Amino acid sequence: MSASAIFVLDLKGKVLICRNYKGDVNMSEIDHFLPLLMQHEEEGLLCPVLSHGNVHFMWIKHSNLYLVATTNKNSNASLVYSFLYKLVEVFTEYFKELEEESIQDNFVVVYELLDELMDFGFPQTTDSKILQEYITQEGTKLEVAKSKVPTTVTNAVSWRSEGIKYKKNEVFIDVIESINVLVNANGSVMSSDIVGSIKLKTMLSGMPELRLGLNDRVLFALTGRDKGKTVVMEDVKFHQCVRLSRFDSDRTISFIPPDGESELMSYRINTHVKPLIWIESVIEKFSHSRVEIMVKAKGQFKKQSVANNVEVRVPVPSDADSPKFKTSTGTAKYVPEKNMVVWTIKSFPGGKEFLMRAHFGLPSVENNELEGKPPITVKFEIPYFTVSGIQVRYMKIIEKSGYQALPWVRYITQSGDYQLRTNV
Amino acid sequence: MTDSKYFTTTKKGEIFELKAELNSDKKEKKKEAVKKVIASMTVGKDVSALFPDVVNCMQTDNLELKKLVYLYLMNYAKSQPDMAIMAVNTFVKDCEDLNPLIRALAVRTMGCIRVDKITEYLCEPLRKCLKDEDPYVRKTAAVCVAKLHDINAQLVEDQGFLDTLKDLISDSNPMVVANAVAALSEIAESHPNSNLLDLNPQTINKLLTALNECTEWGQIFILDCLANYTPRDDRESQSICERVTPRLSHANSAVVLSAVKVLMKFMEMLPKDLDYYGTLLKKLAPPLVTLLSAEPELQYVALRNINLIVQRRPEILKHEMKVFFVKYNDPIYVKLEKLDIMIRLASQANIAQVLAELKEYATEVDVDFVRKAVRAIGRCAIKVEQSAERCVSTLLDLIQTKVNYVVQEAIVVIKDIFRKYPNKYESVIATLCEHLESLDEPEARAAMIWIVGEYAERIDNADELLESFLEGFHDESTQVQLQLLTAIVKLFLKKPTETQELVQQVLSLATQDSDNPDLRDRGYIYWRLLSTDPVAAKEVVLAEKPLISEETDLIEPTLLEELICHIGTLASVYHKPPSAFVEGSRGVQHKRLAGSAGSGESVESPDTGSAAGVSEAPPAVIPSQGDLLGDLLNLDLTPPTATGPPPAAAPGMQLGAMDLLGGGLDSLLGGDIGGSPAMGAGFGAPPAAMPASFNAPVSGGLDDLFDLGGGVGMTMGSYTPPKTVWLPAMKAKGLEISGVFVRRSGVIQMEMTLSNKAMSVMSDFAIQFNRNSFGLAPAGPLQILTPLSPNQTIEAALPLSTVGPVMKMEPLNNLQVAVKNNIDVFYFSCQYPISMLFLEDGKMERQVFLATWKDIPNENESQFQIKDCHLNSDAASNKLQGSNIFTIAKRTVEGQDMLYQSMKLTNGIWVLAELRVQAGNPNYTISLKCRAPEVSQCVFQNYEAVLKN
Repeated sequence: MSASAIFVLDLKGKVLICRNYKGDVNMSEIDHFLPLLMQHEEEGLLCPVLSHGNVHFMWIKHSNLYLVATTNKNSNASLVYSFLYKLVEVFTEYFKELEEESIQDNFVVVYELLDELMDFGFPQTTDSKILQEYITQEGTKLEVAKSKVPTTVTNAVSWRSEGIKYKKNEVFIDVIESINVLVNANGSVMSSDIVGSIKLKTMLSGMPELRLGLNDRVLFALTGRDKGKTVVMEDVKFHQCVRLSRFDSDRTISFIPPDGESELMSYRINTHVKPLIWIESVIEKFSHSRVEIMVKAKGQFKKQSVANNVEVRVPVPSDADSPKFKTSTGTAKYVPEKNMVVWTIKSFPGGKEFLMRAHFGLPSVENNELEGKPPITVKFEIPYFTVSGIQVRYMKIIEKSGYQALPWVRYITQSGDYQLRTNV
Repeated sequence: MTDSKYFTTTKKGEIFELKAELNSDKKEKKKEAVKKVIASMTVGKDVSALFPDVVNCMQTDNLELKKLVYLYLMNYAKSQPDMAIMAVNTFVKDCEDLNPLIRALAVRTMGCIRVDKITEYLCEPLRKCLKDEDPYVRKTAAVCVAKLHDINAQLVEDQGFLDTLKDLISDSNPMVVANAVAALSEIAESHPNSNLLDLNPQTINKLLTALNECTEWGQIFILDCLANYTPRDDRESQSICERVTPRLSHANSAVVLSAVKVLMKFMEMLPKDLDYYGTLLKKLAPPLVTLLSAEPELQYVALRNINLIVQRRPEILKHEMKVFFVKYNDPIYVKLEKLDIMIRLASQANIAQVLAELKEYATEVDVDFVRKAVRAIGRCAIKVEQSAERCVSTLLDLIQTKVNYVVQEAIVVIKDIFRKYPNKYESVIATLCEHLESLDEPEARAAMIWIVGEYAERIDNADELLESFLEGFHDESTQVQLQLLTAIVKLFLKKPTETQELVQQVLSLATQDSDNPDLRDRGYIYWRLLSTDPVAAKEVVLAEKPLISEETDLIEPTLLEELICHIGTLASVYHKPPSAFVEGSRGVQHKRLAGSAGSGESVESPDTGSAAGVSEAPPAVIPSQGDLLGDLLNLDLTPPTATGPPPAAAPGMQLGAMDLLGGGLDSLLGGDIGGSPAMGAGFGAPPAAMPASFNAPVSGGLDDLFDLGGGVGMTMGSYTPPKTVWLPAMKAKGLEISGVFVRRSGVIQMEMTLSNKAMSVMSDFAIQFNRNSFGLAPAGPLQILTPLSPNQTIEAALPLSTVGPVMKMEPLNNLQVAVKNNIDVFYFSCQYPISMLFLEDGKMERQVFLATWKDIPNENESQFQIKDCHLNSDAASNKLQGSNIFTIAKRTVEGQDMLYQSMKLTNGIWVLAELRVQAGNPNYTISLKCRAPEVSQCVFQNYEAVLKN
């Protein structure tokens, strides 16, 4: 159905650790993986699925590792990739960083995890919080404390353990909206959307029942509530804990939250967003002599708001040299390894306009290699504000012990995939 | 201290040292030693020698140590099967441990030890674990059944584990249900006919309940299993869809795709006018779009699947063009897939945006991506007529960039645009010609040559351009050579005066100096066409070409249906059926979309409809009298001196050129062409056969000719020859007609066998004849009263009259027939033996015979030889009488029998014959006299056929 075996390889294709789940694919087939990958890369036909004979390799890359699943069946490919990414997530939560060294340093736990995460090619429990309850780093702990399966593993509520206690019951809600914009070289917005995410930090005792109320237009329409500002969410994705059928029938977001930090939901809004930071650029390239760059950045959001840590990244030719900058605010820095100028503005109030000029020399002998046309990208963060206008109207918390709990809400808007194409 | 320390011991005598440590009394030391063993195993060292020592450590209450020993066992048990037995006891004991974690661990590990001997011991513990009170153990045991089945299927069946597994579908714990479903699906996949998952509404209901409660992975198992179910009716279909749609909001992309699969499949069952159908369509778009924000590999899987979904149900994503715009940092495989989907979604409404994007992409640096972008512009032009002009001008802009591969791609697509919109954009040809030299890829060269040939009359120096290519003819790829050959022939037909030399040159290059059979064949065909009748050649070579279709690269509809059933899997990523890449899945049934809407739909949907039309071979068309066919048969076979005599055969080739063009061709073709035996003698020098229907052989060459199928069909009165195939099924959408003509007690009958080789029922048959030489016409309607089901065959006899409209046919006994059914009208031609028309009262009075013989001028007499006939004159006479050829008198002169015979045709024409038979000589001589000498050839052939059968 999915994977026959899972491998973790280093960049040279050496197997660091592996687990054979089904035994229907020869484990030595993995030797073909890296040569195959290199060959595809050379031909410019890199692809997430490679095959050698009747063996198929599905792979992802994480830092200096390849995670590879092999199969000789018509496997569910999306399940395999989801699982590989889950693997990265679990390992990262266990070892902080997932890389060659951390695999070697923890091979016993890695084996244990691989044994628990998947059985005969079927992914099993992959929630790292729950796994940490019975697969611990220190072997000694196991002997004393954990001699039984946490009921959570097979509970319908497989993401939260019982008996959690907090002195002060609180839940922190972060509403984070990322703006994705693609602007053409002539300044027209080709596509834009908002990807929102609601993250929780739950510090609640017992098994609390939560209900989250948003100014969701579909909900308002269903309940016949009078208007006010509402938001149309194009597509909503929920954490495992949210009762999907309930949401589907009456748009109620009800759930028993996982303990600690988690992403409760994400949504996509497909409206035409005005790019919050507008960039106009003039890049003039005088072959064999110089490049002149002029970038104007304008804050197209409310005057009261402030964008923090704004970075405007402007591409320059790879053979540019001797940079000179002039900025009306912030600092500009040349990052030669990335072939770009990064203009940083710590604090960028709404409605303001700033300017940056850069001058680069070009060698008289031209670089023959064709270069791509990378776009200008922008990074920023605007607190206390969501572009879509989404609001948390309430968060009801009910626990059978009847404690009072406080929800805290924070709003942030930030840049997502924010690209402006240039003419050069 | 980290585990990495275990990797560092590489001293001599390591195994020995480890052995000592493993047998240590100290628990800690033991554990450290096992860790070292596992570390060695991980780096690929062989530590199997330590097997007994490691197994000794198995009995421990330290869970971590136990896990390590189990891990070791899984790796080495297979290499040490006898020793593995040592571990069995501990396993069995562990399966009864108080700690469910240990019970589960034991049953899980035992299943992974693929040693036959162990499996026997596994059965009892497994049986207990399947009924364990702890769901964690049960869910592990469920998977273990699948493992055991993989090792020993018979054992699993004998032990009744399959039934226990089926019972687990009703388990109270959703995770157990999910694993049981996964295990059953896995087993069912390797045993396609086992009917293990006999899904019924009750089990479906249980699955749908568990779906809400199990882990994300469990949801996928259940959804993938649901996708195999066929709902009884549209109401059940709808209710399942309603309970599956909430899954579209799951954060895990794989859950979403599996839900999409179920919905896409069950949607087929829903009536399209249902409100719910529309609602469902609307619900599908947003989650599909959101998949594009996932990790790149998942995006790739999603895009490959969206590509299928867009072909099956274009309406779902038709407003979502923008989300497929390519981002600079997308991986190349995502870029290429997005581009593909952009083309599929391009429509008049969004074409402006799409073109702006494509133009942007065409200036990128990634060569493959740029090429595809340029191609995409061409595809847009063909797909959206209103945009064609803009596309062409965009392409011209791109050509101006002079980037070599951009120019080449642009020329390839412009050729297609010319074919789609003839006589519209030819003004750009001049610009194209400027870039002739820079083309170095075969496809681009071939495209340019095609353009030059096709528009030779508008290009002043077309001959020079083509000639320049001719210099390196043999270094070109076949594609270019074929195109060059055709282009020069076109040029010659358009400007014959200046280009004779050129055409001669290319023909000889193609036929004499080439080893490529396609090229040679095409060369010979052109040569023959040109040398016999340039007018006909013109009609063939410069025939109007069918317009190219709008949608290209569409997946064939049945494959598409199968792939929709495999959404999310490797099959959907490869766009290949699982049988194409999974070993041992040959016997597995191909999945099809069920559903009431299915068959009706493909007709409705313009995309699939056109694809179906394209894939089918066009039916053989009968040209009307006086056009191509007639001209071809009237050819004078001597090549005009202008082109010179055809060259001699290339050495090593059996058929010389001359031979091929003359008798050779007919020996090659004669037998294979349905109802068209060699009939050429009456019309010219050496007998030549030409196919009855000549599909303009612009590209096909001889292949087309051979495809006509069938065999020789000549019927004699006294004996009924076997039926020959007149209309092969492949030319008539599955209807095959074979038949024979017979004359029974004065009635001419056309006896036919109709076979339905298609998948659908055929009905409403009717038949009609074209006008023909002897006025043959159906005497009544075709009597096929019952519809013809698939694979059914029916016999039909059609009585014929000879009072229909008359038109002289070439050959004389040719009959063109049209058969209609509920599907279409099909045409074929066949030839009837002329003896069908010989009347029973064809015996002439002796006196009249003599007078008539003298009366008919000598130039009307034709003489033939019948070879290898071993009948004596009496036997011959008797045989001929069966076909209404009557002997009036017999004379013997110098040991030679002379038979005087007469026959009368239905239209009143008399034919007189003198047959000379010499004893001991197998060769007869026959002289025929008739007022209408055209029939002589037919009559002679009839003689020959009768006498030889």
